[in-house]
Amino acid sequence: MSNPKPRSLSLSQRGMNFETLMWLFTRLSALGMYALIIFGLIGALVMGARNQMNFADVMRWAFMPNVTHVENTNVPDLAPWVSPLWKLTASALLLLAVAHGVHGLVVIADDYIVSSRGRLISRLLSIVFMLAMIGISLYILWTS
Amino acid sequence: MGLKRNVSLAAGLRYKGQGPMLTYVLHRIGGLGMAIFITIHILASFLGGRGGAFVNNIYENWIFQIFIFFCVLFHAINGLRITILDLFPKLLEHHREAIWIEWAVFLPIYGISVLVIINTALGG
Repeated sequence: MSNPKPRSLSLSQRGMNFETLMWLFTRLSALGMYALIIFGLIGALVMGARNQMNFADVMRWAFMPNVTHVENTNVPDLAPWVSPLWKLTASALLLLAVAHGVHGLVVIADDYIVSSRGRLISRLLSIVFMLAMIGISLYILWTS
Repeated sequence: MGLKRNVSLAAGLRYKGQGPMLTYVLHRIGGLGMAIFITIHILASFLGGRGGAFVNNIYENWIFQIFIFFCVLFHAINGLRITILDLFPKLLEHHREAIWIEWAVFLPIYGISVLVIINTALGG
């Protein structure tokens, strides 16, 4: 099944443009989010989730380690769950997820918006949307 | 950009892409689902009050959890497959086997999760 003649240009011939860079970022940010989610999961288990939280609560915490996600559980002391370590972890996860997600929305929009003017508008809107969501989410994370 | 498509929805649904097409469609549904519902969840948390509590109560409902957990888990596991295959292109030769492995990982985790969610919802 090996193809003797490659059908694509090598990276040196093609050059590194923004789309290629975002293609790579999508993959690498996926790995980064995996690392942060597993870190949150292990952290929750170390802080006593095994006896004080159910499965859904642990997953909710792992996917976004914000203290409001453990307020309704049997955790007796919320202090370790609001430490700066978790605020930083949540912020890193948030930045990766918003960038990954907004780029994904632009990719989907490009399947339906084909004029260069429309694509420019969708890109400008996506940047505004991304900055607004980052601002709102960081405010929630650091004030909760 | 003179791209023009004359493909009807019915023709699109008849496209026999099989396994890879199914994962592509589910990946897109999962990604869109997360983008839409997590955005609403963040806005509801930001606004707070009765409206925010109403929205977040829907999010904590077990039926909604089954849906959103499908979006998240499928997108994550399918994304890991895409990442591994794209970063190690030699493995692309086995991309159909990779999809079978993906289902073998996804189905048990999702199945057990749904059982736990339903069990918790029924007061177990």
